[in-house]
Amino acid sequence: MHFTKDHEWVRLEGDVATVGISKHAADALGDVVFVETPDAGKTVSKGDSFAVVESVKAASDVYAPVAGEVVEGNAALASAPETVNADPEGEGWFAKIRVSDASQVEALMDRAAYDQYLTTL
Amino acid sequence: MTDETLKTTPLNAAHRALGARMVGFSGYDMPVQYEGVLAEHRWTREHAGLFDVSHMGQCKITGADAIAQFERFVPGDYSILKAGKQKYSLLLNAEGGIMDDLMAGKPDHDGLYVVVNAGNKDADFAFLEANLRGDAKLTVLADRALIAIQGPEAAEVMAQHEPVLGEFGFMDCARLVLFGVDCYVSRSGYTGEDGYEISVPADQAERIWNTLLEDARVKPIGLGARDSLRLEAGLPLHGHDIDATTSPVEGALTFALSKSRKERADFNGADRILKELADGPSRVRVGLSVKEGAPAREGAEIADMDGNVIGAVTSGGPSPTLGRNIAMGYVPPKFAELGAELKVIVRGKPAAAEVVATPFVAQRYYRKPKAV
Repeated sequence: MHFTKDHEWVRLEGDVATVGISKHAADALGDVVFVETPDAGKTVSKGDSFAVVESVKAASDVYAPVAGEVVEGNAALASAPETVNADPEGEGWFAKIRVSDASQVEALMDRAAYDQYLTTL
Repeated sequence: MTDETLKTTPLNAAHRALGARMVGFSGYDMPVQYEGVLAEHRWTREHAGLFDVSHMGQCKITGADAIAQFERFVPGDYSILKAGKQKYSLLLNAEGGIMDDLMAGKPDHDGLYVVVNAGNKDADFAFLEANLRGDAKLTVLADRALIAIQGPEAAEVMAQHEPVLGEFGFMDCARLVLFGVDCYVSRSGYTGEDGYEISVPADQAERIWNTLLEDARVKPIGLGARDSLRLEAGLPLHGHDIDATTSPVEGALTFALSKSRKERADFNGADRILKELADGPSRVRVGLSVKEGAPAREGAEIADMDGNVIGAVTSGGPSPTLGRNIAMGYVPPKFAELGAELKVIVRGKPAAAEVVATPFVAQRYYRKPKAV
């Protein structure tokens, strides 16, 4: 699993990357009450706002950690947004993206580097 | 890490000891949540929530001219207010705009005790200081903290400390010795629940806060849940739902205009306000039930069914109690009828909304049975 400085995570299997927000991000947001995930077929560039996650207090953009085409948005989050808090780095995934360049994933932080990064915040 | 530019309340160390997440609010370092906004919201609706609202401004206005002078800037009749009662009112500018909303009462026989919003207190106090004439005297109670206890179990908790508090009705207030010290107490709040606001000496605040938290029915509640609770209760937040450009008529706060004061038309902005009462305002605050999609928050546009933008949301979000999204905003009166179908536009997407009555969640203030 790899991470961005904006607290998204990416897990690459073949050429499909599952992406979500880190446990750190989910904890910081607090109770998630609404999630808007992208529709299949949408093309995203790295850094695009491609999803929205809302806590009671505020809406936050989620940025695409890699470029590619959305294969699937996690529709289950529409009716169960609290999954993002319960299992942010598992069942609480946001989307699966067919990546155009797998090396974009390798360029992100690994878990150890991300944990180190969190200590600097 | 504390932002050095933020002020602190006398309970700052207590919040940190409880593991609160702190944020800057109205210039103060305040707890936004302890255990989580939803859990705290629900706890307050079911048990008793404890809030530090010491950032709010407290003052006394005293002297023989106190009430007459205060009434120049508020539309409530304080001359007929009985001792031991308080009343919600609005500090009005010369144009009838709401500079602040406030609670003012007669807890003792020494003028008025007034609580104003944190973000406006410096301006309010400066305005009053500059404008009160005769022997009316403003005394800012800077050495006091303010603690609110709210929820269906608040009365039982407080009655255990002082039985007389259980006999208070909604909006009753008093100055009395509580926890061994001089306090101002009112049965009121900002959540829609029964409860009390207790003004305590700053140096006693932490002891009293911790004493109340020893009760298993009481949990600390942050500003996050305070906001979602007051939204459900349909209570406006100054600076968002009402401001210096909004009149009491536009703000749907005409209950704060006392009959006698309307007749006398002797308060700031009376011309505009009475004209709006007679002819109708150009916009009015309404409650909205958002029937689909994302929460509609402050700034979201409100459109008619033809897509014309007719107003904007001033606050909104999920209602934990109702399990759907609610909002307040301004629309022209012809769109303000209950049941009117509108759209709110969130991130470019129109979502169905309906004008509904406020409060969204029934208020549960304790009103004493009338004497027969």
